[in-house]
Amino acid sequence: MNYHLEKNYLDESEVAWKKIRDGLGKGMAELGEEKKDMVVLGADTIESSRAHWFAEKFPERFIQVGVAEQNLTGVSAGLAYQGKVPFAVTYAAFLVGRPWEPIRTTICYPENHVVFVSSHAGLATGQDGPTHQMTEDIAILRCLPGFTILCPADYEQAKKAVRAAYDLKGPVYIRGVREATPAFTTEQTPFEVGKAQVLREGKDVTVIAHGFMVYWLLQIAEELKDSLSLEVINAHTVKPLDEKTILSSAKKTGKVFCAEDHNIIGGLGSAVAELLAEKHPVQVFRHGVQDIFAESGEPKALWKKYKLDKEGTKKELLKWLK
Amino acid sequence: MHQQYSIQNLEKKANEIRQDIIKLLVEAGSGHSAGPLGMADIFCALYFRVLKHDPANPLWEDRDRLILSNGHIVPVRYVAMAHAGYFAKEELSTFRKINSNLEGHPCTKKIPALETSSGPLGEGVSQACGFALAAKMDKANYQIWCLTSDGEHQEGMTWEAVMLAAKYRLNNLTVIIDRNNIQIDGNTEDIMPLESLRAKYEAFGWHVMEMNGHNMREIISTLEEAKAIQAKPTCIIAHTIPGKGVSFMEKDYQWHGVPPGTDIPGEPPKAEQANIALRELRTLARRIEAADLD
Repeated sequence: MNYHLEKNYLDESEVAWKKIRDGLGKGMAELGEEKKDMVVLGADTIESSRAHWFAEKFPERFIQVGVAEQNLTGVSAGLAYQGKVPFAVTYAAFLVGRPWEPIRTTICYPENHVVFVSSHAGLATGQDGPTHQMTEDIAILRCLPGFTILCPADYEQAKKAVRAAYDLKGPVYIRGVREATPAFTTEQTPFEVGKAQVLREGKDVTVIAHGFMVYWLLQIAEELKDSLSLEVINAHTVKPLDEKTILSSAKKTGKVFCAEDHNIIGGLGSAVAELLAEKHPVQVFRHGVQDIFAESGEPKALWKKYKLDKEGTKKELLKWLK
Repeated sequence: MHQQYSIQNLEKKANEIRQDIIKLLVEAGSGHSAGPLGMADIFCALYFRVLKHDPANPLWEDRDRLILSNGHIVPVRYVAMAHAGYFAKEELSTFRKINSNLEGHPCTKKIPALETSSGPLGEGVSQACGFALAAKMDKANYQIWCLTSDGEHQEGMTWEAVMLAAKYRLNNLTVIIDRNNIQIDGNTEDIMPLESLRAKYEAFGWHVMEMNGHNMREIISTLEEAKAIQAKPTCIIAHTIPGKGVSFMEKDYQWHGVPPGTDIPGEPPKAEQANIALRELRTLARRIEAADLD
């Protein structure tokens, strides 16, 4: 399958580095033009979480709730009951961490179509430190019935995720990241919810990620190509997981390495391990945040120290394969 | 929409609703007694006089939205809805049982006319604000009514929503507080004092009214007046007696979360509780009927 990735995308210096949160913000501002029932809600973080572009264009369809994430949830639920399509936007830790039970009761249980758009997920949040580096968002939403969880790999995919989320039913979470990351997909790259993307075929090991770490895996696959054939999968939809694609790859390679800027408990690695343990037991490695709180620091320094950069990820992979 | 009920007929209807609440709770063997009995008059006024609604077309676009925040008093809503014709009265005996539409707490997946699913406290005003904002965006004319308990005003989320309603001048929203002074663990002012609710709402920028939640004439005039307030969102503090109409339940927090037929020291024997309750309510109903003849 041709994914229409950027030319020379494997060369970090050739690709643009763009923010996934910018893609989400632009995506919402664009979609608002054609979708008149779309409402965006912010919670005192609208510039840094990129809700402000929509707010400036459509003030009559923007609601500022202040520092009140439970109310952000409840008001979104009320709007959804009335047939609007609310997009609730703020930092991941506050967006889904603070009001988890109101999300469960007012949105998930009644199957309200609300799109939660986060920024500041993962260690990529950087200097603000562990209070703001949300590394458990996927875990706490994955266990809620009917939630769709989208983790776009880059800026363009983030824009597409916004559009796709509008067309879904029930609760949706889109995982946004503060730091700029390589923008390696293009406008032409397809995006289908629930359909994992085999961006590079291989036969020795399946390597699978969501978010910007997909890019590191593509680079690692290229660097190791003479000794190891890696099959690289972009699991941008963590729920519902594309079981078919992952199973068929696992059957081919017999080894699955998962990588994510999220706690190894409850994230993509867990989802893949659950699937394979039941349907095709093979060796699985969960690479990610090792069930710890990290610390403040530059995102790149954090990725390096906690082995979530390309080099660290490659080392973990090779160590596991030994 | 409504056949015009006289005040006395509304009082009679409220009494029938109370009797059916007792029967439903006995049949279910679990559920809340005090709150539903205390709110019977207000639910009766809403469903048979004040609400713009159509049981034959429950999701009619221009209906008033009635949002029940404290979902645990849903027995009174189920009974009122059955009396109003939303579903057959026979269905009331399925409350809290498997394969029933009448979940222990409201579930919109089963009965969309409930408007919201609820149970966990403090979430109703917030959702009602979302309803009210959507109605304003659509330039719709209906009223949003949100029924809340006093106890759930201990939840921070309630006050987040109270702030927002004032900010957006949600004059299409009326919040009714069931001020019955009890919660599961005791009296509200012992557990976590709420007073002055009036001063708090006023300080937050709301128009506040108070009413005797058992005086039908006063209930109706207060609800009608609330619709006419245009400058601000409106809060009605409804002073009610928990367990109203059943002497041994009245003003006793121990009846918050249990049905008739529960062993409570100092209360009538559990086997006789339902009969005593129904006898008292029927006696009261005879008084209302007698008054009808005046």
